[in-house]
Amino acid sequence: MTKINIVAFDGTPYEIDAENGSTVMENAVRNAVPGIEAECGGACACATCHVYVDEAWTEAVGEPEPMEEDMLDFAYDVRATSRLSCQIKISDELDGLVVRVPERQA
Amino acid sequence: MGDAIETDVVIVGAGPVGLFAVFELGLYDLKCHLVDILDKPGGQCAELYPEKPIYDIPAWPEISGQALVDKLLEQIEPFSPQFHLNRMVASVTRLDDGSFEVGTDEGEILRCKVIVIAAGGGSFQPKRPPIPGIEAFEDQSVFYSVRHMEAFRGEDVLIVGGGDSALDWTLNLQPVARSLTLVHRRPEFRAAPDSVNKMFAMHERGELSFQVGQVAGLKGEGGRLTAATIKTADGLLDLPCTRMLPFFGLTMKLGPVAEWGLNLHENLVPVDTEKFETSTPGIFAIGDINWYPGKLKLILSGFHEAALMTQAAKRIVSPGERVVFQYTTSSTSLQKKLGVQ
Repeated sequence: MTKINIVAFDGTPYEIDAENGSTVMENAVRNAVPGIEAECGGACACATCHVYVDEAWTEAVGEPEPMEEDMLDFAYDVRATSRLSCQIKISDELDGLVVRVPERQA
Repeated sequence: MGDAIETDVVIVGAGPVGLFAVFELGLYDLKCHLVDILDKPGGQCAELYPEKPIYDIPAWPEISGQALVDKLLEQIEPFSPQFHLNRMVASVTRLDDGSFEVGTDEGEILRCKVIVIAAGGGSFQPKRPPIPGIEAFEDQSVFYSVRHMEAFRGEDVLIVGGGDSALDWTLNLQPVARSLTLVHRRPEFRAAPDSVNKMFAMHERGELSFQVGQVAGLKGEGGRLTAATIKTADGLLDLPCTRMLPFFGLTMKLGPVAEWGLNLHENLVPVDTEKFETSTPGIFAIGDINWYPGKLKLILSGFHEAALMTQAAKRIVSPGERVVFQYTTSSTSLQKKLGVQ
């Protein structure tokens, strides 16, 4: 199990034991983190699981693929650290990961 | 507007479940017309995830959304379904003889004995971008589609987005508008490279302006837009404009189905599990749009619902006729209908 931290927009932290290979979005939905809608169910076909990756983790998480960048066009207040949480796969390297939920989803 | 089109069944939604309903209904000689808001059959499978693999279609260990749609279209071809694409069902009226008159937003009238709602997550409609206060400007200064280019003549037009719709309308409205600005959050575009090159060339010549950024707010009063606040890498910037066209993709909304007088359950249509009929006799609902205890939103559930719905639909279209259940494997009459005999 890998520990990840998802911080809701109101600041409430959710510390979650995530299985390697699962996505940040799946863990957010399973733990009812508010603000992660994941309308398309993880197909990278919407932009409603948008998160900001904590600065300390951007390198470990990596850059979005072009298809994800395309989808991020639909998100609100996209920043350099923006990712779609359905495209972040949990692995040992992400133990301790911190992501933040934006004010609103598209 | 021509005469009414007569058919047995109107299927609202041409996604996988609507398509398979054509097959089941066709085996019982019921002719179908399908209405869909998209420009192609396939619904979410074709629009949202054409290349994504699906793993829970029986006998297909793995099949892509588009391949599933193509296979379904092949399977229902013998029944010559008629498609009315780029259209939304705007009205449903019950006539004195119990049949229905279905009107589309393009003015067609379809007359049928049975309506099958297979509208999935609802109709795909332009997505409202999460810009605070945008609602106040809608239909007066902010539009999600261009019905008449004339409405933009002489206006200071702001187009937001990086896909084909945004780029196409940028190129098309530039000659009509007084000024035109395209705003996109990055210099890369999803749109066809040719349109993007044309846009950049026009930008170079000063015929339009392209700004990298995101719309953070709108200014104006009484629905009349005067400027948009753009968040750029260098800070906030006010761009004067009188019309805005945001292109932020499509979302699904229940849409006019909500106004057909059916009982609803949290934006879903409750049905029984014998016939999948709604609270209005003769109107059925199958696939993701229906609700009943234990409902699972799976394509295969929709297929099953289509088969059971057909038994009831046949009794409505051909009252008094005995409905004989047969297998396609052994029935010569079914095989004739499928064109394999």
